[in-house]
Amino acid sequence: MIKLSHIEKTYDSPAGPVAALKGIDLEIARGEIFGIIGLSGAGKSTLVRCINMLERPTAGQVFVDGKELTAMDAAELRKTRKDIGMIFQHFNLLSSATVYENIAFPLKLSGMPANKIRQKVEPLLKLVGLEAKASQYPSQLSGGQKQRVGIARALASEPKVLLCDEATSALDPQTTKAILELIRAINRKLQLTVVVITHEMQVIKDICDKVAVIDQGVIAEQGSVIDIFTNPQQPITKEFISVLLSNDLPAAFRGGRISAEPIEDAYLLVRLTFIGESADDPVLAGMIRKFPDVETTMLFGNLDQIRATPFGRMIVGLTGPHERVQAALEYLRTKELKEEVIGYVRRHDTTAV
Amino acid sequence: MSADMIPLLSKALGETVYMVAVSMVIASVIGVPLGVLLHTTGKGQILAAPAFNRVLGSIVNAIRSIPFIILMVAIIPLTRAIVGSAIGTTAAMVPLVIASIPFIGRQVETSLKEVPYGLIEAAQSMGATPFQIIWKVLLPESLASITAQLTTVIISLVGESAMAGAIGGGGLGDLAIRYGYQRFRPEVMIATVVILIVLVQLVQFIGNTLARKLDKK
Repeated sequence: MIKLSHIEKTYDSPAGPVAALKGIDLEIARGEIFGIIGLSGAGKSTLVRCINMLERPTAGQVFVDGKELTAMDAAELRKTRKDIGMIFQHFNLLSSATVYENIAFPLKLSGMPANKIRQKVEPLLKLVGLEAKASQYPSQLSGGQKQRVGIARALASEPKVLLCDEATSALDPQTTKAILELIRAINRKLQLTVVVITHEMQVIKDICDKVAVIDQGVIAEQGSVIDIFTNPQQPITKEFISVLLSNDLPAAFRGGRISAEPIEDAYLLVRLTFIGESADDPVLAGMIRKFPDVETTMLFGNLDQIRATPFGRMIVGLTGPHERVQAALEYLRTKELKEEVIGYVRRHDTTAV
Repeated sequence: MSADMIPLLSKALGETVYMVAVSMVIASVIGVPLGVLLHTTGKGQILAAPAFNRVLGSIVNAIRSIPFIILMVAIIPLTRAIVGSAIGTTAAMVPLVIASIPFIGRQVETSLKEVPYGLIEAAQSMGATPFQIIWKVLLPESLASITAQLTTVIISLVGESAMAGAIGGGGLGDLAIRYGYQRFRPEVMIATVVILIVLVQLVQFIGNTLARKLDKK
């Protein structure tokens, strides 16, 4: 649906040219919610503005629905933009127009007659739950309501793509959740392709199918959300994820007393990650039954969901005869889960705190 | 108060209102588009044309820097060419219009600058043409502010129209000078000043009320 090839964007500044995007390649399939995450200044807002050409790339090509936007003249581009809705961090509603007039705005621009506009705007008001607010002005609305108007306005011209530029960054967590749910519902209902720009991993986790991590104008890593969460490769990705999924050891084991070599009277700390189906399997119970001489202590556990996929993480401590512990580890390796040996730590060693 | 004062004052007030109103309408018809042009051709704006913008800005500044009384005299040939005479109420409107156009232009430009760029971006993302952005975004969004700014222009026009009276333009200023000053009738002077104060207060009040009504922010 969207294809970006070798997108570069360079700004002129008094200090010389500044490269905001340095060769971005992306493909976004029809109907998916694609997240682009990056720190501020990473180039993510510039990137999303290149998709509808609010920013013209210095080099590279932009295709939306098979049409090359980078090759269009101004008139063609304006026509194509009606297929690409956009919502903004600060909503960008007309303060002098009512909720109804704001939603009707793109239709008015297209010269649609008033009775037809009414037929389109009323279902949209209903879709975003603002029927009662139709004749109010944006200043009378809460942030969440303003963004709902923004969404309805973006959908008015029946676009194929919805671009969300930090659409929830100015909202509180509850409102963010409701707006994300609305975007998700619209994506399903209208088979809309959605591009979500954010600096919050929570947003990616809540609604995206795929994600690209952008750092200093290049894509550091991309893939399905579940893969990126369970198996991040780049430090920047790990950093984003660590905000949501703490990889820290329980407090009692922190402080550098972890040994790679077996030591007396110690746990072998193992971090286990279960994804999807395997999260239901009684793997640990099986191991305990099979290796009764290996003592298993659960030190940390957490079961989460990324979209519909269950995703469990735990840290267990194994103690027992060395070869039996190794055998138990081997047993775990045959199962559908990811295990990572952290190291040996002395039992009851709370002095490490 | 002598009996001849009422007709004198009401005639002069009528002339002042006529001069200010007609000058304001004509100056706005040219000045508002000028303000739009000053704003939209600026750097990074929808019709960006930096060289044109600089030239236009310089012309506006040049006219604005001429004191009104000098402008009035300097353009007498132009006034004569347009109106057919350099004396009279209608003739006085030529310098009033010319002085007000760049003033309105700058005031409108200031109002348009207050419209957040995000709104323009949003309109562009919906496929709006530059003309639609001006007509349906910039002007409606800054209408309250433009109203307040134009109120200021009207009030300065009242003052300038009094000066225009000096070259036979008529109006309250002319009355105050001819009767109040030259014929030593302080009561005429005081009456004109009171009327001018009331007039300005009234314009400001109407302008404020209108601006407040239009402001939905």
